[in-house]
Amino acid sequence: MGIVVVDVMLKSEILDPQGQAVAGALPRLGFNQFTDVRQGKRFELTVEGEVTAEVLAAARAAAETMLSNPVIEDVVGVRAESAPVEPPAVEYQV
Amino acid sequence: MKIGVVTFPGSLDDHDAQRAVRVAGGEPVPLWHGDDSLRGVDAVVLPGGFSYGDYLRAGAIARFAPVMTALIPAAQGGLPVLGICNGFQILCESHLLPGAMIQNDHRTFICRDQRLRVENATTAWTSDFAKDDEITIVLKNQDGQYVADQHTLDEIEGEGRVAFRYVVERRVAARRLVDQSAADGSGALSGVRYDRFATRNPNGSYRDIAGVTNARGNVVGLMPHPEHAIEAGYGPSLDGLKFFTSVLKSVVNS
Repeated sequence: MGIVVVDVMLKSEILDPQGQAVAGALPRLGFNQFTDVRQGKRFELTVEGEVTAEVLAAARAAAETMLSNPVIEDVVGVRAESAPVEPPAVEYQV
Repeated sequence: MKIGVVTFPGSLDDHDAQRAVRVAGGEPVPLWHGDDSLRGVDAVVLPGGFSYGDYLRAGAIARFAPVMTALIPAAQGGLPVLGICNGFQILCESHLLPGAMIQNDHRTFICRDQRLRVENATTAWTSDFAKDDEITIVLKNQDGQYVADQHTLDEIEGEGRVAFRYVVERRVAARRLVDQSAADGSGALSGVRYDRFATRNPNGSYRDIAGVTNARGNVVGLMPHPEHAIEAGYGPSLDGLKFFTSVLKSVVNS
């Protein structure tokens, strides 16, 4: 079983209300170092078997036709996911 | 004169749109998102509400519904199509209209009577208006912020493809505050009912754009709802009726 990860972000010239809401809330938790937040979308597309070049090409086509709207968004990444994602081993003091 | 009204899973205003067609003198024909037939209609309304949960982006999944595979080429061939609210979002996602819709900049749902200025009175859906007419119809949305890149905005402005703009009453609102303050004699502004959208457009839309048309003028989309302003006693005006009388005339003349 293979997984293709597609990342989509709003274009930089488009206002991001969700990102702004998050940016507004972070300082209330003491996170004052982040000057801007932009929120995107991550898609995980699962296939049977290996992620081949054909699978990646199909994922790229899906990303450009449906997963993103090229008027307002950019596909910033289409890649095969190999190992399961471990959360970073960092403890935050909130 | 048959005007089709598409029902998507989540459409709210399809019956209001059908009623508006009937009141204007047309024959409404219900169309189903899952059918790839337009049933021989002379024009189509994509109504407001929601579609497919509006997951991914508003209108993004509806754009690939079977009915759209018939509608997109027909619209490109000149069939009059009006997209209202979610229908506007679907037309943008289909790239029949330029730009896209994102969440309101203030991040809240909004429902109000909204003044608009008619910027283009030559489209299939606006010919019963005169340019610069001011109309008041209902606006209700969460994802109503019209956005596009600078180049696209300049292009549609240059080609007269902005169909409607939100009326932003900068000076009028200021005058109202002063008059109210003078009337209560206190000189203070307390007690004034403050309209937070008097001095800015209601969803952050770029250049106050409320609706746009394609180059040919047969496809029009707008965020506010003309179908809720067609009968005395319901809605803020009868201004919405002219959208539907316009298209009936344009069908007769074509």
